[in-house]
Amino acid sequence: MSSSRIEILNDGGLRHDARRPYELRSTSFQLDTHPTAEGSSTVTQGLTTVQVSVFGPREPKSRSTASHDKAIINVEVGVVPWAQGGGGKRIRGDKRLQEIGASIRQTFEPVIMTHLYPRSEIFINVQVLSADGGILPTAINATTLSLISAGISITDYVCSVSIGLHLTQPLLDLSYIEENDLPNLILASLTNSGKITLAQMETRLHLDRFQEMLELGTEACKVLKDEMDQVVKDNTGRLVERMNVRVGGGGGGMTIDQ
Amino acid sequence: MVREIDPPSIQKEFLLAALAEGKRLDGRIPLEQRKIEFVFGEELGNVECRLGKTAVLAQVTASIVKPRDDRPYEGFLLINSEIGPMASSVYENGRSSDSEILITRLLEKSIRRTEAIDREALCILAGGKVWQLRLTLHFLSDSGNLLDCASLASMMALKHFRKPDVEVIGDEVIIHSPEERAPVPLAMHHTPLCLTFAYFENLSPILDPTHLESTLCSGTLTVTMNAQREICVLSKAGGTPLSVEEIMGVVRVGVDKVRDMVKIMDEALEKDRENRVVEVR
Repeated sequence: MSSSRIEILNDGGLRHDARRPYELRSTSFQLDTHPTAEGSSTVTQGLTTVQVSVFGPREPKSRSTASHDKAIINVEVGVVPWAQGGGGKRIRGDKRLQEIGASIRQTFEPVIMTHLYPRSEIFINVQVLSADGGILPTAINATTLSLISAGISITDYVCSVSIGLHLTQPLLDLSYIEENDLPNLILASLTNSGKITLAQMETRLHLDRFQEMLELGTEACKVLKDEMDQVVKDNTGRLVERMNVRVGGGGGGMTIDQ
Repeated sequence: MVREIDPPSIQKEFLLAALAEGKRLDGRIPLEQRKIEFVFGEELGNVECRLGKTAVLAQVTASIVKPRDDRPYEGFLLINSEIGPMASSVYENGRSSDSEILITRLLEKSIRRTEAIDREALCILAGGKVWQLRLTLHFLSDSGNLLDCASLASMMALKHFRKPDVEVIGDEVIIHSPEERAPVPLAMHHTPLCLTFAYFENLSPILDPTHLESTLCSGTLTVTMNAQREICVLSKAGGTPLSVEEIMGVVRVGVDKVRDMVKIMDEALEKDRENRVVEVR
């Protein structure tokens, strides 16, 4: 870890990458980016790219772990060696990665309607393709999209964002440099109810600032949800359009309401 | 991993029915901790903490090592916290389960990343010699809430520990044995302590869940705080979704609890100091 000497917020109120405090990094959401997975997505937030593939619901690899009344969820997290400077510093079985995996699993366990898939396994593979801060939030957003793309029933969108604090000014969606220098909070919320399902903070912060950050984070999650929802609707719309052409064009008897 | 047998549903119903009336099976009110007990060992820095039937033994030792080249003024604090089968039969040696990783990572975050110990004060000779503290945790029995108990034991052991006094003359370092000079306490910035809350659907949260309660709950939230009203670590992974107000509610409860816990710790330390004979000649 190097203690950087960057200016977190300059006199003009801009951050080191010329963003305003409440500005999110540019995002891109792509659905179905894995050839064999049931559902997959690649999410890019700034310079962080994460690909998540969802396999299943399928028969569990080891029968002993199966549950008779609900699906079990397994998450594996990998980082490609070139994702972060230094090359291959993180290895498989790293405690940090295992913790990220456990956080993703626990976040989605109450959201996925596991009772619909008894005796089965849902396997979520997270691959970090490039890392510039906010791996966990990006991975959570990508997992939500992948689950939707896999057609697995979930109760709500889970959106996640990181929030930092510079003196008294909260900042949204931190980059790697900011993450190292600021107290930061990672938040995942169910956007319809505005309730928080995951909250993680690792650095000291005074109690009075905390509530402000929580509220700001939930708002930011709603913005992300709208973006994601748009991508899903576009994708589905395109699919429906194509089905219409083929099925309807062949004089078939299938009509789909749009 | 060995899977535990789920508790019978009648037990679950009973527990939930009692909780709905604001009662817990061991007679506590929802936001009440089990009694905290400290047992001090023969040596300084050896403390066993008991929280009801949960017990964790913490031991601090110090040795002198060479510092890292990029940080010549900083000493080390290593935390060994492997949960073995002694705590409970669900834990296996050598293989770490998810819950074990969460416990060790949270401990590491709340003690090391919050800079509870002034690591620069561990420096003896810049670039040459620094103290390396090793905090070893032995999880003796798991009756729920290992994490809170471990954090109490760790902080107590670090407060209780005394390192030998050293004298630097030029490049030479003289380490005085405890018989020669009174050993010195560690320089500490603050006392972060973990508090774990368990949630049940449509019920108010409870503090310090027992083993049964933590198996049946729908999620937990752990907050590490110090007596200065600062949140050091907050970890809520999954479980029942909570609103901002609900989270702020438990955090506010935590402020007072941590203050009480620090007071209990100081009293126990004071009592131990009176009984302990430190020879100084």
